[in-house]
Amino acid sequence: MSYGAVRVVGVTAAGPDLTLRHPVERFTLDNGLRVVLAPDRSVPVVAVSVFYDVGMRSEPPGRTGFAHLFEHMMFQGSANVPKMEHARLVQAAGGTFNGSTHQDYTNYFQALPAEALERAIFLEADRMAAPAITEENLRNQIDVVKEEIRVNVLNRPYGAFPWLQLPEIAFESFANTHDGYGSFVDLESSTVDDATDFFSRYYAPSNAVLCIGGDLDPAETEVLVRRWFDPVPARPAPPAPVVGEPSPTTVRRGVVEDRLAPAPAVAIGWRVPDPVGDLDTYLGTVLLAELLSEGDASRLERRLLHTDRLAVAQSTYLGLFGDPFDVRDATLLVSQVHHPADVPVDRVLTAVHEEVDKVATDGVPADELARVTARTEAQLLQQADSVLGRTLGFASAELIHGRAELAGELAARLAAVTPDQVQAAARGLSPDTAAVLELRATGGAAR
Amino acid sequence: MSAPVLDLSLVPPLGEPRPAVAPEVHQTTLPNGLRLVVVPRPGVPLVELRLRVPFAASAPRAAATHAARTALLASAVLLGTARHDQLEIAQLLQTHGGELSVSADADRLLFSTTMLPDGLGAVLDVLAELLTAPTYPAGPVDAERARVGERILIARSQPGVIARSALAARRFGAHPYAQQLPAAELVAAVTPAALRKLHRERVLPAGSTLVLVGDVDPAAAVDVVGTALAGWVAEGKAVGAAPVPTLAPAPLELVHRAGAVQSNVRLGGPAPGRTDPQLPALRLASMVFGGYFSSRLVENIRERRGYTYSPRSSVEHLMAGSSFTVEADVATGVTGPALLETVYELGRMALTPVTEAELDSARRYLLGTLALGTATHAGLASTLSALFGAGLSADWLAEHQQALAAVTVEEVTEASRRWLSPAGLTAVVVGDAEEVADQLRVLGPIEVTAPSVEPVPESLA
Repeated sequence: MSYGAVRVVGVTAAGPDLTLRHPVERFTLDNGLRVVLAPDRSVPVVAVSVFYDVGMRSEPPGRTGFAHLFEHMMFQGSANVPKMEHARLVQAAGGTFNGSTHQDYTNYFQALPAEALERAIFLEADRMAAPAITEENLRNQIDVVKEEIRVNVLNRPYGAFPWLQLPEIAFESFANTHDGYGSFVDLESSTVDDATDFFSRYYAPSNAVLCIGGDLDPAETEVLVRRWFDPVPARPAPPAPVVGEPSPTTVRRGVVEDRLAPAPAVAIGWRVPDPVGDLDTYLGTVLLAELLSEGDASRLERRLLHTDRLAVAQSTYLGLFGDPFDVRDATLLVSQVHHPADVPVDRVLTAVHEEVDKVATDGVPADELARVTARTEAQLLQQADSVLGRTLGFASAELIHGRAELAGELAARLAAVTPDQVQAAARGLSPDTAAVLELRATGGAAR
Repeated sequence: MSAPVLDLSLVPPLGEPRPAVAPEVHQTTLPNGLRLVVVPRPGVPLVELRLRVPFAASAPRAAATHAARTALLASAVLLGTARHDQLEIAQLLQTHGGELSVSADADRLLFSTTMLPDGLGAVLDVLAELLTAPTYPAGPVDAERARVGERILIARSQPGVIARSALAARRFGAHPYAQQLPAAELVAAVTPAALRKLHRERVLPAGSTLVLVGDVDPAAAVDVVGTALAGWVAEGKAVGAAPVPTLAPAPLELVHRAGAVQSNVRLGGPAPGRTDPQLPALRLASMVFGGYFSSRLVENIRERRGYTYSPRSSVEHLMAGSSFTVEADVATGVTGPALLETVYELGRMALTPVTEAELDSARRYLLGTLALGTATHAGLASTLSALFGAGLSADWLAEHQQALAAVTVEEVTEASRRWLSPAGLTAVVVGDAEEVADQLRVLGPIEVTAPSVEPVPESLA
C-alpha cells in the first residue's frame, strides 16, 4: 500500500462524489490498543489524540464528576514526566494540547508541528502507562475543578443550561441523569484509591483508541507507535457500558431557578433514534435539527424570532454538547429558546411544537432540504479543514461507531437523506413525550 | 509513587522542521477603492470570505450613539434589500453552504461567511445588494432592535462582561474604546432612518478590504468580484479612531456583585502596536508570564495553589492602541492572595530576567501556534483580514516570525519593565465587596463601585 501526497478530492454540492477520501490505516497492538492513522501531508502539522471509552455516563453513584476530575489528573505528570512537563514539552515544541470529558468518552489531544510527532506519542504512552496520581495532585485538581464549575455554572447566568439540568427530567437511569460536572460533596470526598481504581478499570489500552492525523508517513508512524505503546501492559477492558434506556411515554416538566439570569429560557428534549444502532434513521434527525434551527432561513428562527417575535435566540441540536456523532443511545434532540419575561413559556412551546408538526404533517420541500444539506456539508468541511478537527472526528467515529471512515463519509450519507426521512424524524418529536425544562429568572436583577 | 524526574535522554528529540508553505497572496485594488486579497490554498473545497469595513466612532462625543447604531446595523443589514427580503437572502446564501454573520467592534464592521466554491458569484451578488441597497425595513428593524436590547441585557449579566466593561471604562475614559457594549436605552432610540444614514456615510469601498481564501482561482476571483461589486461606489473616506489617551492608573476598582462565589480579577495597560519593534519581546514576555499553560502564572495560582481554573494574559490590538491584559477568575475566599501572587509574578518579570529555557519555549510556542492558526482557510482569512485592515500586508507574518526568533532575554526584561510593571497597570475586581474588600485593602487603596444598571428596554410583545 502506498501513500503519496494526499489531498481531499474536490467536493461540491453538485458533484456526485461527496466522500472525503482520506485514507485510513488501522491496526491493533497486542495490548489491545486500537490505532488509526489518517495521513494528509498538505500542511506540516500532526494531531495526536487518545480517546478512552469512559465518560460522564460511566460514573457510579457517589462519584459524580469523577470522569472529568480524572481527566485533570492525566495532566499531573506520569512515570517519566514531572508535573507541568507534559505542557512544557508540547508547547515548547510549538504545539497545543487539551483534553475534554464527554458523555461517552474522554479525550486527550495535541496539535503540533510535524517534527514533534514522536514526542507527543511518547507523552501519551507515558501517561497511559502510569499517570502521577498523588494526594497532593488530587487535592490541587479538586480545587481547580471547583473553580472551573464556579466559572461555568455557579457564578454566571444560564450556567450549563440545559446540559446539566435537562437530563435529570429527560432520563431515568443514574448513568443518564446525574450531574456530570459533579457535586462538590462527591468531588471533595474523592481519594487517591478512587483514582487508582478508576484508572485501572477504564484506562486500559484495550479500552482506548489512538488516532494520529496529518503530515505523517504511516509506516514510520507505526514504528513509533509500537516503540512507545507496545510496552504499556495489557489489562482487560471493562464491560461495554449500558447507557440505553426505554423511550419515555409521558411528558415531563421541570423548573430551574436562576437568580443571576435577567430573562427566562426554556429547553425541550426529545428522545431520538439510536445514533449507532439505527444510524440511517438518525441521519434524518440530524438534518431535521439543521432544518429547524440553522440560520435565518430555518423554521424556528423564522417563526420564533421573525414572524411571531417570541424569542431573543434559539438553537436546536443533537446530543447535550451539540455533536450529533459522538454520543451513543440514549440521547436527545434539544431545542433551547431564550425569550423575554413577558412572553409566556407556553406560547414558545406551542410555536415550537407547531413547527415540528408542520414538518411531520406536510413534509419538507426538496429544494429546502437541498439547501439545508449544502449548509451542513459546508460545516462538515470546515471542521475537517483543520488537522486537529479532522483527527478528532476520525477518532470519535472509531470509538463510538467502530469505523473511523464514517467521519469522511458523513457528507455523502447526509446528501442521500430523503425528505421522507426528515418527515419521519419529525413524527418522532411528539409533544406528549417531550421533557420540558424552564429556566426562571428569579433574582430580579435589572427587572 | 515517588515524584518523577525528567530524564531528557528519554524524551524523543524534535525532528527537522518541515518548511511551511508561505501563502500565495494576490492583492489588487478595484476602481471603487476596495482592496481585494485572494489566497488560493489546498485543503477542503470551501472559500472563506471576510469583508472588513472601517467603522470607528468619528468623535468621542458621538461614541455612545455610534456604538448603539452600529450594534443594530450589524444585525439589521441582513433584514432586506431592494430585491430580496431577509428570508430570500438567507436562502440564497444557504444554497451555497453559506451563512453571513456581521459583527462589529470599536474599529470595524466584519462580514464573514464560508461557501462551497461554486457559490462565489452568487454570494458576492448577495453581498453587493447588502452593501448598495439595504432597506432597513421599519417593522423588522423594530423587532431586531428589541432583540438586540434583550441580548445586551443578557450579556451585561455575565461577570466576565461586567469586568471587561469596567476595565475598559477605567482605562480609556472618554475615548470610544471605553464602550464595550452599547447602552440598551441608546439602542432603543435608533431609527431605521439613522441606520440608512450611517450605512450611506460609513459602508464605503475606500478603506475596506475583501479577503477570499481557499478553493479559488485568483484571476477568476478578481473578475467575479469586480463585476459583482462594480456598483458599490460611494464618496467618502474611512474614519479611524483617535489615539487612545494615556491615563495614570487609578486605585483598584472593586465592582460589587452581591453573592458572587468568585472574583473576576483583571489588570490591563497599554502594549506596543503591530509595527512597534518592542512587540515581539513583549509578546514573549506575556507568554512567559501568563500567556499559555507553561507560564509562571498558571504554575503558581492554578497548579500550585488551586486558586483558579484558567488564568491568562494576552496582547490585543485595536487600530488606535494595543493592550496587555491579565485575567483570572478566582475563588472569593482567596481573592487577595490571588491578586498578591499575580502582582508578584508581574513584578518578577519586570525586575529579574527570565531563563533561556523559558524564552525558548515561549518563542517556539508562538511560532508554532502562528503556523497552526494560519493552517486553515478560516484561520488564514481572519488573520489576513486583521492585518490588511491594520494597513499591513501578509509580509508582516514572516517579518514578525523573524523578529520573534531574534529576541534576547535582556529585551524581554526591558519590555516587561516598560509594559508589565504592576505599578503601570489598571486593576479591576468584580466580586462580593463584603467578602473581598478587606482582603484587597491589604494590598493597596481600592474604590468600591456598583455595576451599572440600565433601564429595561421596550418589550418585544
